[in-house]
Amino acid sequence: MSEMVARVRIPQTARRGDAVEIRAMITHPMESGFRLDNMGRPIARHIVESFTCTYDGQQVFRATLHPAVSTNPYFVFYLAATHSADLLFTWTDDHGDVARHTAYLTVAD
Amino acid sequence: MADRHPSAFSRRRTTLRAIAAGVGFLLVRPSVATPDDLAIALREAFGDRPITPGKLKLEVPRLAENGSVVPVAITVESPMTAQDHVKSIHLFAENNPLPRVLSVELGPYNGRARVATRIRIAASQQIRGVAVMSDGSLWSAAVDVEVTVGGCAP
Repeated sequence: MSEMVARVRIPQTARRGDAVEIRAMITHPMESGFRLDNMGRPIARHIVESFTCTYDGQQVFRATLHPAVSTNPYFVFYLAATHSADLLFTWTDDHGDVARHTAYLTVAD
Repeated sequence: MADRHPSAFSRRRTTLRAIAAGVGFLLVRPSVATPDDLAIALREAFGDRPITPGKLKLEVPRLAENGSVVPVAITVESPMTAQDHVKSIHLFAENNPLPRVLSVELGPYNGRARVATRIRIAASQQIRGVAVMSDGSLWSAAVDVEVTVGGCAP
């Protein structure tokens, strides 16, 4: 069992209307299912299948991942800052393990 | 590639080794997707809707030393308004074991249609991005990437 640890970076404050940059990373092996162990047996697939971000409850980003996404999946995307609210990041892998992370986006006028 | 699949008899005679190499190649081939698999993946994802080149910019290094971590950034020309925005972006690698790499859903709430991530590229090949717009149109871009060390198979 590998632990999924999230690392998220958002701006400390944003101005209303700005498209702010969000960076999110999760530690995960992203075992593709195409590799063999040293006995030549296939190593079972174990990947993060989805990553979502909600802003004040509304989904603002969703990624569907396939085995070709690198170990420790990392995403950079943008969000139009409209008001101060919570951002909830959720990663789900094919074992059903879920990692969550919350960040508060402060928006100034 | 064939050297990694030695069989008992291939060690004994060089003539047989050549045959074994050919067999090894055939055994290895099915695990690699081909442009046909890409066409199938594209049809699965978008049906027979026409895909027009343009509007998309793919930033991928032309030469990737390590195929297991290749930075990719996709930018789509779009005002990202409620009337006119990018709905989703899809990334494909035609020679990976699975041509589908990643799909992301976007909307006017993103303000800017740009996504960056890190992907695995099995061998030198073309990376293709497709964007689905709010009016239903499809746009694409493709970039050739040279890989020194492949990033999927052992």
